[in-house]
Amino acid sequence: MSERRATIASRVGLHLRPAALFAEAAARLPVEVTIARDGAPVQDALNAASVLAVLSLGAECGDVVVLRAEGADADVALASLAAFLERDLDAE
Amino acid sequence: MRIFSGAGVSPGRITGVVRRMPRPVREPAPGERRAVSVSAGQAAADLRAASHSVQTELQSRAEQATGDAKAILAATAMMAADPMLMRSALDLIDGGSSAEGALWDAAASVAGMLRGLGGHMAERAADVLDIRARIIAILRGVPAPGVPSSATPYILVAEDLAPADAATLDPAMVLALVTSGGGPASHTAILARALGLPAVVAAAGADELTDGVEICVDGVTGTVVVDPDNAARAGLQVSPRATTTVGGQTTTAAAAGFDGDGRLADGYVLPLLANVGSARDAATAAAAGAQGIGLLRTELYFLDHTSEPSIQQQRKAYRAVLDAFPGKKVVLRTLDAGADKPLPFLAIANAAAEPNPALGIRGYRTERVRPGVLERQLEAIASAAAGAEAEVWVMAPMISTAEEAGKFAGRCAAAGLKTCGVMVEVPSAALTAEPILSRVDFVSIGTNDLTQYVMAADRQLGALAALNSPWQPAVLQLISHTVAGAAAEGGHKPVGVCGEAAADPALAVVLAGLGVSTLSMTPRSLAGVGAVLGSVSLELAQELAGVALDSSSATGARARVRARLPMLERLGL
Repeated sequence: MSERRATIASRVGLHLRPAALFAEAAARLPVEVTIARDGAPVQDALNAASVLAVLSLGAECGDVVVLRAEGADADVALASLAAFLERDLDAE
Repeated sequence: MRIFSGAGVSPGRITGVVRRMPRPVREPAPGERRAVSVSAGQAAADLRAASHSVQTELQSRAEQATGDAKAILAATAMMAADPMLMRSALDLIDGGSSAEGALWDAAASVAGMLRGLGGHMAERAADVLDIRARIIAILRGVPAPGVPSSATPYILVAEDLAPADAATLDPAMVLALVTSGGGPASHTAILARALGLPAVVAAAGADELTDGVEICVDGVTGTVVVDPDNAARAGLQVSPRATTTVGGQTTTAAAAGFDGDGRLADGYVLPLLANVGSARDAATAAAAGAQGIGLLRTELYFLDHTSEPSIQQQRKAYRAVLDAFPGKKVVLRTLDAGADKPLPFLAIANAAAEPNPALGIRGYRTERVRPGVLERQLEAIASAAAGAEAEVWVMAPMISTAEEAGKFAGRCAAAGLKTCGVMVEVPSAALTAEPILSRVDFVSIGTNDLTQYVMAADRQLGALAALNSPWQPAVLQLISHTVAGAAAEGGHKPVGVCGEAAADPALAVVLAGLGVSTLSMTPRSLAGVGAVLGSVSLELAQELAGVALDSSSATGARARVRARLPMLERLGL
């Protein structure tokens, strides 16, 4: 299991538009990725490809989330998603 | 040809083709199980297919949209096939649920989670429930919920419309509204008047109308002619307002506009003001010639807030309205929440705790359970008023006693607000107008609630539409009593009317005759009301007020007054 922490850069937090962009990106990856708030139990992690799951985290700007995935491509996948969260998606 | 009728609530006559508003998607039986003949695999496949089809439709709508709407539609399309939502629905199907039951429960739980986060997430919860309704409509083979989309103009026929439907109703495509439910003060009626669409409500025959049928609608008489013959069309088209070409109706009254100087024919001054809910409405009202704002519904700012807006936010919102009316009067009504207008952050009581919310904790009464909100609102208003050029008046809704009026006046004074008044909506306030006016500077009569309370008839109930008319002599008696109370008090304090009654040109004449000092209405109605008032003398208005007061029914009062006002027919009102 690979793990990667990311700090939400979007000024409005993971609201509709950034959450949708993120979930779309996660869905395109070859591995299944989960997302959870930092410190939440692993079994509570949610499907990162689900826009509803991502929204339901209610993550605000500055909050830290944990991305997890299994498999050979996991590290690359997580790095790309983390980079995604660490940009201000709403400003783009 | 067939004719039926209901209550005409927004003037205008038009012929067009019916499109029905689909009935809301009904909840499946709680925990609905799959029929024995349907396997879990089949139910799952049906659900996936329906979800895919909703996703495809929303994606194609997103492609045609631009800007924010595009991004929102695209994200909503993703929700339609959301893996988390589908996973939990499919798990429920595996457990024996029907496809509809599974999706219903899965979406309810996601929506609940989002709502719990507060703020804008409450809107996302509404998106999830909308998606759910669309998918279930496909599973059941019924039309998608919501205002139908159409490439050609049509007459919208429904049981009743909810405030949320207004947002999706395209006034360029909808020619008129006909509903089987609702009354003269229902959301449908208010919406129709605001959009200037002819409307007939409480028309029992409307439930039999089907898509594609041609009908003539008369928003004054409440008549609906189905499959009209040529004579009927001709009869409905004598008025200059009527038109055979769909979509292009104009009124002579509206074409002439309102000149911003409300007077009777003899020069008697009766200022005409506007009812608004936002700065945008205020700009429309100013353009329509309104002589001020007679009612700013401040709660409209609060509707989509799950937490109380800050004093700063409120100040900015109020100031934007004040700035549209420099040198003019702007009457701000403090929060009118409760009953038909629940505000998330007040969360006063649920239906179970308040079986009769119209008689419950609403308006000024919310101060009892949420102290502080009013004080902060008054502070925000005072701060918006500081330096504004408008003349700021403040009033409280749902006042029942002179004691409450006095307390409210004390709070206004403490906030530094100079002109303080109260609404007269509860019959007890009309009956005690004199002692109330000895404590405040003005009153404004809200005829919608005053009517439902004095007639003991729910304003949303179509079956009681006839009772729920501001033409009811009892309502007019209370208005007359309020004016008499103001006279007895002796301070020449203003008595305005800001209910929907003021938007009815014939009733406006009666109100003038009863001695009301200002009328406030939806900006659309200013031209028609102004033109009709300009055609009568004060003497005639007083005579007609007497005629209405002496009638034995609302319909009788209306017919007898209208018969004396030829201007109405000339303007097609």
